[in-house]
Amino acid sequence: MTNKSSRTIHFGIDTFGDIPTDDDGKHFTHAAAIRQVVKEAVLADKLGIDIIGVGEHHRPDFSISSPETVLAGIATKTKRIKLASAVTVLSSDDPVRVYERFATLDALSNGRAQVILGRGSFTESFPLFGYDLRDYETLFEEKVNLFSELIKEEPVSWEGTARAPLTDADVYPKTESGRLDVAIGVGGSPESVIRTARYGFSLVLAIIGGSPDRFKPYVDLYRQAAEEFGNPVLPVGMHSPGFIAETDEEAKERAWPAYKLLWDSVGKTRGWRPYSYEQFRYEVDSGSLYVGSPETVAKKMAAAIKTLDVERFDMVYGAGNIPASVREKMIELYAREVIPRVRELLAE
Amino acid sequence: MDVRSIGILGAGKVGIVLAQLALRAGYEVYIAGSGDPSKIALTVRVLTPGAHAVTKEEAALKADVVILALPLGKFRTIPRHELEGKLVIDAMNYWWEVDGPRDEIIPEDISSSEAVREFIGIRRLVKALSHMGYHELHDEARPDIEKDRKAIAIAGDESDDIAIVEGIVDRLGFDPLVIGGLREGVRLEPGHSAFGASISKDELARLVTE
Repeated sequence: MTNKSSRTIHFGIDTFGDIPTDDDGKHFTHAAAIRQVVKEAVLADKLGIDIIGVGEHHRPDFSISSPETVLAGIATKTKRIKLASAVTVLSSDDPVRVYERFATLDALSNGRAQVILGRGSFTESFPLFGYDLRDYETLFEEKVNLFSELIKEEPVSWEGTARAPLTDADVYPKTESGRLDVAIGVGGSPESVIRTARYGFSLVLAIIGGSPDRFKPYVDLYRQAAEEFGNPVLPVGMHSPGFIAETDEEAKERAWPAYKLLWDSVGKTRGWRPYSYEQFRYEVDSGSLYVGSPETVAKKMAAAIKTLDVERFDMVYGAGNIPASVREKMIELYAREVIPRVRELLAE
Repeated sequence: MDVRSIGILGAGKVGIVLAQLALRAGYEVYIAGSGDPSKIALTVRVLTPGAHAVTKEEAALKADVVILALPLGKFRTIPRHELEGKLVIDAMNYWWEVDGPRDEIIPEDISSSEAVREFIGIRRLVKALSHMGYHELHDEARPDIEKDRKAIAIAGDESDDIAIVEGIVDRLGFDPLVIGGLREGVRLEPGHSAFGASISKDELARLVTE
């Protein structure tokens, strides 16, 4: 196990490109929402946040369907921040194209690209790109397999059911480091955790509900599996939603309607009952919502980072339709107050 | 009937949480994934230490009671012969995103549990542990205290079997709430008000009659 005192924790912000409003409550267009994310990424870079992750979705609530295009826009305007997809839905994509796009992003950003592959928690991409959801396990497994070959940046011969075979196919551009940074985003399927270890990728746990403690054994599972496969035990990260404001009251007051709107919109297609205030309060008090003042959020983050022994925390910010000014303020509070305070708490 | 062991078919998110709860409640646990037990051996060792990773057939044969926790769309892989005479708890939900169109797997006008019972061809099937999300199942189980418990709804047709399932639910750490026959299980399915409910017995009782 790594020596904790010498370990650097990385802090990120993640977004799916939710539609912000102006201060009068008027919704941004999808295009303006995308430009807002770029603006926020530039701000995050200036403030020293380590990572921005943008996720792929294909539904009206989120503006980002093409993460690497947005990240490319961010790449040319930033210097230091790592540019991650959160996640790239590999099952309904072509691994060759994913390699090409992220190798291009890596070039534009001087090596700051990270692909986080995942199965995604939404399914719109399957009919959209002509895939059958019932094949999702096979699609993901085969495509991760091919992708793991492609990132060796040598000619690949491959055959499977998920796409046309390749014979000595070489893909470009080559990266300057010789290998793209790849992680897999996992929502709690043990099989996915083991797969991540088997391919030697790093693991990012999407912990979006319930007590984060529940995931501790999954971190152990990843580490033990990596050892058994003889693969490097890479850093584990976590990704959870949060909402930071000056006070706990303000944060809760703003976050509740935003999450309610989002969960009910998702729940409608999944047959969930409407999101209740009790659920919200439970998630804020002891679950996976990091909502409150900088001090409250920092304490909760430090506790989760310690318990789970992770080296990266990505906060999903700006969920629902909230004013752009509030989102920007949140990023400032996260960078200036929350992150230093978490570091302080972890050093204690 | 004294239930000492529980078999769990499905080693995904739900199956693992149920195995953790069953172990904590002191049951002998047999858990099976979709293939060879060696595929889930590490998972079981780390996430559910003490449980036995076995084949579906073994789980069905060895355990006193068997919980179905696999994707509903895979119900044709349930080992029906090995389950003969067994009490089976159906914790599955029809989930269009992974199971495909409902009418392709479940006949119209019946509950998903009735469809599963028909397929397995047994009488002893009770629906339970299906409406609460897996992270709530994990976080909200209170096996040692009876205060502030959350409720688990139970639907079934055989009163002896319902009583056994009530006992299991209680031992896992929830208040059992019997809502009626297996047909009534439809009230717990996605799209109905009790689906996703992690609430007290009184509240749940109100919700299922809505």
